[in-house]
Amino acid sequence: MVNATINGKAIQVPENTTILEAAKLNHIKIPHLCYLKKVNEIGACRVCVVEIEGQDRLVSSCNTIVQEGMKILTNSPKSRQARRINVELILSQHNARCPECIRSGNCELQSTAADLGINKFPYHEDIAAFEWNMDFPLIRDASKCIKCMRCVQICDKVQQMHVWDIAKTGSRTTVDVTGGQDITKVDCTVCGQCITHCPVGALIERDDTQKVRDAFAAKDKIMIASVAPAVRTSWGEQLGLTHEQATQNRLASALRAVGFDYVFDTDFSADLTIMEEASEFVEKLKNAKNEKFPMFTSCCPGWVRFIKMEFPDLVPQLSSAKSPQQMFGAIIKSWYAQILGVEPYKIFHVSFMPCTAKKYECDVECMNASGARDIDVVLTVRELDRLIRSEGIDVKSLEESEFDAPLGTASGAGHIFGTTGGVMEAALRTAYYFVTGQNPDPNAFRYVRDYDGFKEATFEIAGTKLRIAVVHGLGNIRKLCEDVQSGKAQYDFIECMACPTGCAGGGGQPIEEGQELGEGRGRILLDMDRAMTLRFSHENPSIKQCYAEYLGKPLGEKSHHLLHTDQAKWELWK
Amino acid sequence: MSRLSITNETKAQATVESLHKDLERRVVGAPPGLCPLDLASSYLKVCAAQTCGKCVPCRVGLPQLERLIEDLIDGKGDMSTVATIEKTAETITDSADCAIGYEAANMVLKGVKGFRDDYEAHAKAHHCTADGFHAVPCVTLCPAHVDIPGYIALVNAGRYADAVRLIRKDNPFPSVCAMVCEHPCENKCRRRMVDDAINIRGLKLYAIDNAGHVPVYREGEKVAPATGKKVAIIGGGPSGISAAYYLGMMGHSVEIFEQRKRLGGMLRYGIPSYRLPREVLHEEIETLLTAGDIKVHKEVSIGGKDYPLSKLREEFDAVYIAIGAHTDKSLKIPGEDAEGVMSAVELLRRIGDDDYPDFHGKKVVVVGGGNVAMDCARSSLRLNADKVTLAYRRRKDDMTALAEEVEATEVEGCEILELAAPLKVEVGEDGKAKALWVKQQMISNIKGGRPAPKDASAEPIRIEADIVVVAIGQGIDSHNFEESGIAVKWGCIEAFDSEAVKGENMDGVFSGGDCVSGPATVIRAIAAGKVAAANIDEYLGFHHPITLPVEIPDPVPHNRPACGRVKMRERPIDQRIHDFKLVEKGMTQEEMEQESNRCLRCDYYGFGKFREGREVEW
Repeated sequence: MVNATINGKAIQVPENTTILEAAKLNHIKIPHLCYLKKVNEIGACRVCVVEIEGQDRLVSSCNTIVQEGMKILTNSPKSRQARRINVELILSQHNARCPECIRSGNCELQSTAADLGINKFPYHEDIAAFEWNMDFPLIRDASKCIKCMRCVQICDKVQQMHVWDIAKTGSRTTVDVTGGQDITKVDCTVCGQCITHCPVGALIERDDTQKVRDAFAAKDKIMIASVAPAVRTSWGEQLGLTHEQATQNRLASALRAVGFDYVFDTDFSADLTIMEEASEFVEKLKNAKNEKFPMFTSCCPGWVRFIKMEFPDLVPQLSSAKSPQQMFGAIIKSWYAQILGVEPYKIFHVSFMPCTAKKYECDVECMNASGARDIDVVLTVRELDRLIRSEGIDVKSLEESEFDAPLGTASGAGHIFGTTGGVMEAALRTAYYFVTGQNPDPNAFRYVRDYDGFKEATFEIAGTKLRIAVVHGLGNIRKLCEDVQSGKAQYDFIECMACPTGCAGGGGQPIEEGQELGEGRGRILLDMDRAMTLRFSHENPSIKQCYAEYLGKPLGEKSHHLLHTDQAKWELWK
Repeated sequence: MSRLSITNETKAQATVESLHKDLERRVVGAPPGLCPLDLASSYLKVCAAQTCGKCVPCRVGLPQLERLIEDLIDGKGDMSTVATIEKTAETITDSADCAIGYEAANMVLKGVKGFRDDYEAHAKAHHCTADGFHAVPCVTLCPAHVDIPGYIALVNAGRYADAVRLIRKDNPFPSVCAMVCEHPCENKCRRRMVDDAINIRGLKLYAIDNAGHVPVYREGEKVAPATGKKVAIIGGGPSGISAAYYLGMMGHSVEIFEQRKRLGGMLRYGIPSYRLPREVLHEEIETLLTAGDIKVHKEVSIGGKDYPLSKLREEFDAVYIAIGAHTDKSLKIPGEDAEGVMSAVELLRRIGDDDYPDFHGKKVVVVGGGNVAMDCARSSLRLNADKVTLAYRRRKDDMTALAEEVEATEVEGCEILELAAPLKVEVGEDGKAKALWVKQQMISNIKGGRPAPKDASAEPIRIEADIVVVAIGQGIDSHNFEESGIAVKWGCIEAFDSEAVKGENMDGVFSGGDCVSGPATVIRAIAAGKVAAANIDEYLGFHHPITLPVEIPDPVPHNRPACGRVKMRERPIDQRIHDFKLVEKGMTQEEMEQESNRCLRCDYYGFGKFREGREVEW
């Protein structure tokens, strides 16, 4: 332990603690803009500067380690002045028309400037032009970029896609797509991690809420909402709800209040995905001699984009099962349209996702199987919150209500899709049943996740040893793919999720500065699963009904047409 | 009113003068990798501020040039902008009334020609050729890219053996370089912006003086598994041994073929022991040879009939030619074949083999102005010569030797005769040299960046000389290799940047060091060995990374007030000129602490922390 003082108060912190973290541990706030723990500790914004007694110059608290006996002053006149002026300088290059920014109210620069009481702009404004392809799901507004480099670092170090880089030189230095290329021409998976780590509104998702409002306004469509597993863990975060208040049933009520005619649960189609994917895996195992292993999960479009761009020769090893979103799109506009007795185009289906890559996925042309566009619009959780806010709904006062039947019924296996390891765990539960005719202990496969990025395990099903791996975060995935390619890693089945911790940490999730909430959100889903009696996808009564009334059997002809895809044919960008 | 008054410098003037000095240091310490156009534009701003405002080309033209260049940087220009810049700069150069204008425009013209690629990139593609990567200056300027801030931090922390290990990651010769490196790393040291460059070499010397014996492998570490591949290295100098060291670590079986009795190349046969003690060199080489399966064959000459290159290529999977530059260059003046006239190579080679000639009672004249000339002059003093004179055809300032070498040569008692070009050697009837006649020179126009001498209208001078040492450069014994099919140009072996030699059917033959570059520095030869090792490893189908061996402490914040640079101490002159023992003395602990604390840790602060300020493996 190291002893020091902050603002006169004696503190004791573990060795190698930065001043910023030491202050945080002692409930002293030091404002900062570029700092991202362990990813971007570069001292670029110089807002976190503090004075150390006896030192002439200020130091950045984010990357200076507390030394024994250090006397730290976080609010000395010198550090106050420097912090204020550095924020003013940042503002001179920031398009501060806050009311028209979607990050207004959840912006580090805005709150820091407000906390510091900045009320004048003493410097010449020098704001970069905002030029971007607005069709792309991921948008960079150069007029708001504060060059904190977080996007560069998250994409370099965590996702290892190197989409962002510094551009130009000298005082013109800024951030841009690597090599000044068009975003549609580089290997961007649209994972959205740069968005969730941007302190301001410089990186945002393409806002599709107006398309939904327009559909409501047209009044000629049956409006259907579906809610992905991880959405229920986070939708209340930016609406001022506690976890206890932000239940999935209150979310169903909120969506009804927005005006949706039917509110369904994507976890139903997660169960459907498991039926198809587990069957596919079991078939492969039966025909092991002629099949190539490992089989990869295919429900994460960021991961599918990744494998298509980086490891195209592994694409044939992806499960051909569509993602729950796309299966749902196809089922709603086929079976459910039949139930309603309407043509598929009469349905407007909005898919609520914790994901930005889903905006890409729903636009993949060859995916549509229902005769209409299977999914009309994908909205992220952030857009969901904006939609609810714009309707002026007092969510806290809403009574809870169930999802609509039959597509609102899901098993615990469907719920856990939203966290790392969930797809694998759900698939193994059902695969076990398909092979043995008996259910395993539902907790038999729970040790398939590790929030650090990678986990491997071996299970035995009816005498067959299965080597499985679960990996999340594209940097970790890249390493595993290289090992698979070289033969160094030998597995039968691998689950890949582009975002760290899976969808719970997805690029479409609410942004909470300085916090990585993916693991905690994931645990909510795991708890939901444990609390349920229905824990196997194949036992979901709605799934049984769907196969009995419409699909026939897994991997059957209808399934093949509606629920499977050839990812090799997906165009990466139109 | 007094008729005249004394002009006293005002505080403002004094401050401006000090700012000029600051800027001077800043320009010298400018980091590598900047946008050349951005610099051209900012220099123009300085120039425009200097204009008196009388004449059109300078008053109006310079700011216009600046704006045009800014347009290009902002992506608002095209090739016509470049043409306008060029024409305008030409006109200002031709028509400005004084140097403030025409020299400013001339700088722009130099740029338009010198970094035309960058002008065109800005004009056509609206981007800069600079890649935006701001490497650590000292590391970048070191040819071997040694992790300098890293080892300074380790020295500062008292971890001397770790400092040696860290240096060896990129340069196997920390002891040698601590004593004789020309330290290009110091040229752009960012500390110059504060006061002066860090004494990097001095800190390295402190590390090796205090590290004790540092074996290649620590406990638990060992050489990589044997690859079964054999590599031949021709030449046991710094380049060859460096390559052998890394290739040995990688598990390849290495054999060094050395022409002379002892290893070391120019480290032994070129650098006298008062700068690099033999025992230090010997110990360092012995340590390096333990890196792996490395055999040494001495007094074997490769390339001739006895052992042609083709035979070597049959026996080995790859060959690295690092024969250095060891042949004489002659003055081509009458009397040069007289007894008493010798080449620098000849003199230093004899000393290298511990055969010390006795110059007692003799007058020695050394011809040349490079480091080798200084080595010859200082060695002659130590060989008890009565008088040593150094004759050089340019001025002292124009010498290629390091300033501190020239200074040491002079203070040790060698007379330096500037502007003296050798004319003839006067030979006595006994066939022995009696004097060197020199033509007096005057300094003239600057050609290729250096002022050229020309004959002065003055009588030749006679310098009495029993011994004349010719130290005007060395050549390369590349003839045999040329005959085996390797491309040779001006005597130098031709190789690609990968060090693969040019020539037909030369797969697996690499070459580097002085024999490729021409006579250069120790650190460049070492760097060539490192590059050869990496590329030979790849050529053999492997990728053995050489990795960061130690953890480097993060900097602890402390004040860095402007502070003088610690200079190395030397033994008193009257003691040192009678022996060949080391002249230089290391820093004291106190000096080491002050000097290492001056380091600005560019691996951490500034761009360093953003893009991981170090190469963790190569």
